[in-house]
Amino acid sequence: MPSATSGQTIGPFWHLIEHPEWADLTRFGAAGERIILTGSVIDGDGNPVTDAAVELWQADPPADDRFPGFGRSRTDERGEFRFTTLKPGPVPGRGNAQQAPHFAITLHARGLLKGLVTRAYFAGDPLNDTDPLLSMIDDPNRRATLISRPEGQDRWRIDIRMQRGPNAEPETVFLDI
Amino acid sequence: MESVRDQASFRPYAPGTQPPYDAPAYGSTHKRHPRESLVKLPHTITEVSGPSFSPAHFPSIPDLSVVHGKSALGERVIVHGRITDEDGRPVPRTIVEIWQANTAGRYQHPGDQHDAPLDPNFVGEGRVYTDEDGWYRFTTIKPGAYPWRNHENAWRPNHIHFSFFGSGFAQRLITQMYFPGDPLLELDPIFLSVADATARNRLVSKLDMTVTQPEWALGYRFDVALRGREATPMEG
Repeated sequence: MPSATSGQTIGPFWHLIEHPEWADLTRFGAAGERIILTGSVIDGDGNPVTDAAVELWQADPPADDRFPGFGRSRTDERGEFRFTTLKPGPVPGRGNAQQAPHFAITLHARGLLKGLVTRAYFAGDPLNDTDPLLSMIDDPNRRATLISRPEGQDRWRIDIRMQRGPNAEPETVFLDI
Repeated sequence: MESVRDQASFRPYAPGTQPPYDAPAYGSTHKRHPRESLVKLPHTITEVSGPSFSPAHFPSIPDLSVVHGKSALGERVIVHGRITDEDGRPVPRTIVEIWQANTAGRYQHPGDQHDAPLDPNFVGEGRVYTDEDGWYRFTTIKPGAYPWRNHENAWRPNHIHFSFFGSGFAQRLITQMYFPGDPLLELDPIFLSVADATARNRLVSKLDMTVTQPEWALGYRFDVALRGREATPMEG
């Protein structure tokens, strides 16, 4: 049997398959607590990454005809992505563990030969303290890169740094899945 | 129709079959690859579940060679293949996204400033679904090679971009399909970023006379394998 097919970069011209409405996961009429998740993608020089595809997946609320659970946003000329979606609740972890509410996020871009995976949790959620992934990361500055911050009502921000920044801003925690 | 199997973790990739994040010969990776170690995350429901797409919400675009009833310029080709997992099980009813340059090697994209003509009858976006047995098929124009500024006199080999979802978030795959006999392949840092030569060469499609249509279009076959699942559910 063949091993899994190799990845190759999404390149700078992936917008040919971009449909901006995909960034709104509520567009099919999903009911629930609507929030915006936004942030910018930043490279190792501190410059915005303006040609990325940011993909979001959430296992909760469960996907159905009115809620796809999946979204895709371009980054704009400021490196910013923006999703409108429903706030996820906690989901089961392995064994008896429970996971704090989170989004899975994959970054695809020119210069990435394969997708770069991370997560976005919610600041202040009491389950963060016992979340299995967050508990694995000892350095509080790096753990904080996985946690979105409130930015006005129903709006959350998480910046994604592909490398440590010029002013020692920590690199986002990326996941080997 | 979720089965116990759908709850199982995906297996690790075979060594050498996936490109690295840091590929010095591909300049755009320099400031865009993680320098810290990745954190290994055992799969949970977040990684083993994934989106499903239906033609009702996301209609098929199976013929890229005609726009508003007018034929694009270039060499018409039929591309087909089968999507399975690493155990050879077909991946049915899954979405396949496709995008590419036109016959002159130019994308219909504001960021593409290559001095080559646009074709009013070619956009370069496709979308198809696999059938019950994992087969997909679309018609397009063979894309042209084009220059990029990675190094002196750098040219990308002819390629079609593909995006696959499979059944779980950790199965997501974005790749490029190449054409057999392209002399640019051995000069291309993106193609060469895959260390394992057997895996790399599976990105090259094969001429397929069984789907070639006489007096109409050459056929190419590109089979794809997505990650297989462990034999037992993750909670087991």
